[in-house]
Amino acid sequence: MMNRGDLTKRLVAKLKKDEAVIGGIGNTNFDLYAAGHRPQNFYMLGSMGLACPIALGVALAQPERGVIALEGDGSILMNLGVLATIAQLKPRNLTIIIMDNGTYQITGNQPTATKDTADIVAIAKGAGLSNSTWARDEKHFEELLSRRFDDGGPVLIAAKIDDKPATGQTVRDPSLIRSRFMQGLGTGRGGALDA
Amino acid sequence: MSWSDAFLGTLKENDVRLVSYVPDNVLKPLLAGVNADNYFMPVSATREDEAVGMVAGAWMGGMRGCVMMQTSGFGTLPNVLASLVVPYQIPAILVISERGTMGEFNVGQALVARTMRPALDSIGIAHHTLDDDKTMPFVLDRSIKQAVATQSPVAFILSPLLTGGKTFKPS
Repeated sequence: MMNRGDLTKRLVAKLKKDEAVIGGIGNTNFDLYAAGHRPQNFYMLGSMGLACPIALGVALAQPERGVIALEGDGSILMNLGVLATIAQLKPRNLTIIIMDNGTYQITGNQPTATKDTADIVAIAKGAGLSNSTWARDEKHFEELLSRRFDDGGPVLIAAKIDDKPATGQTVRDPSLIRSRFMQGLGTGRGGALDA
Repeated sequence: MSWSDAFLGTLKENDVRLVSYVPDNVLKPLLAGVNADNYFMPVSATREDEAVGMVAGAWMGGMRGCVMMQTSGFGTLPNVLASLVVPYQIPAILVISERGTMGEFNVGQALVARTMRPALDSIGIAHHTLDDDKTMPFVLDRSIKQAVATQSPVAFILSPLLTGGKTFKPS
């Protein structure tokens, strides 16, 4: 069984061109933060299920930048429609990574539909995202990420992970998160106040 | 000029390119105009909160956007407004065609319509009811500029007085 924190670190190590990463609600973005803050990271503190729509918006606004949505199984189940929207638009610079532990971990490990029945990759393919793959192990996960993120998408990678909690806790300051993210994307006003 | 052409012209003057929407009859002329003009980037979303997430991401990436929806679609939004748009200070532009009033035939629409303004008020989102084609471009233009300058979302409610609304034959 793979581990979210470990996979997230492996993902971040692959990012060489200031790719934007949208971390979904809960443990997904906590582990993104724990993997080492980057100016191009965005952390969601609410709006469960919207990591993919937010990432899609960034990808449309900045077509030359690779954009990655990091989402959990419970979250993507809440907003499966966005997979169909993304398949229609075919943003070549968008990658979706689903960390699937089969539970609503942060609310007390209640099972999700992916635990025994729903298959995220099959759902994504059915929505029209033909380039959707289950990572078999850590090495395969890294192979799937050994590509340029600003082209060849949309791509979806899903990984079955263990039930270990996140290893960190994101700072809970939405305006700070948004401001720093925009600076990281070159769209912020923050520079006006830098010493 | 039709109300819809004037509306889209004002969006253009304010660099609002992304239009993410869930379709609606009353919005038809706006959606047709958006899809016929290469300036706009139209995206058909499956849900209104998906459309709002998209517009939030696009704003942070440097592209202004609006969400078009009907009244019942607004009913899906309080969580994304209260947990993303408002706390992260994102000037999302919401365009809502008003159902549920002045000749509504669907009681569900009439009831959800009553939640709309109180919900916007309780989340602290400025809203303007557009009911007159003469003042509409001014209200729209100034309020978009205010939203961007103050990093605050804004909602525009398109009254049947402006759009004609959706009519029916009483039986």
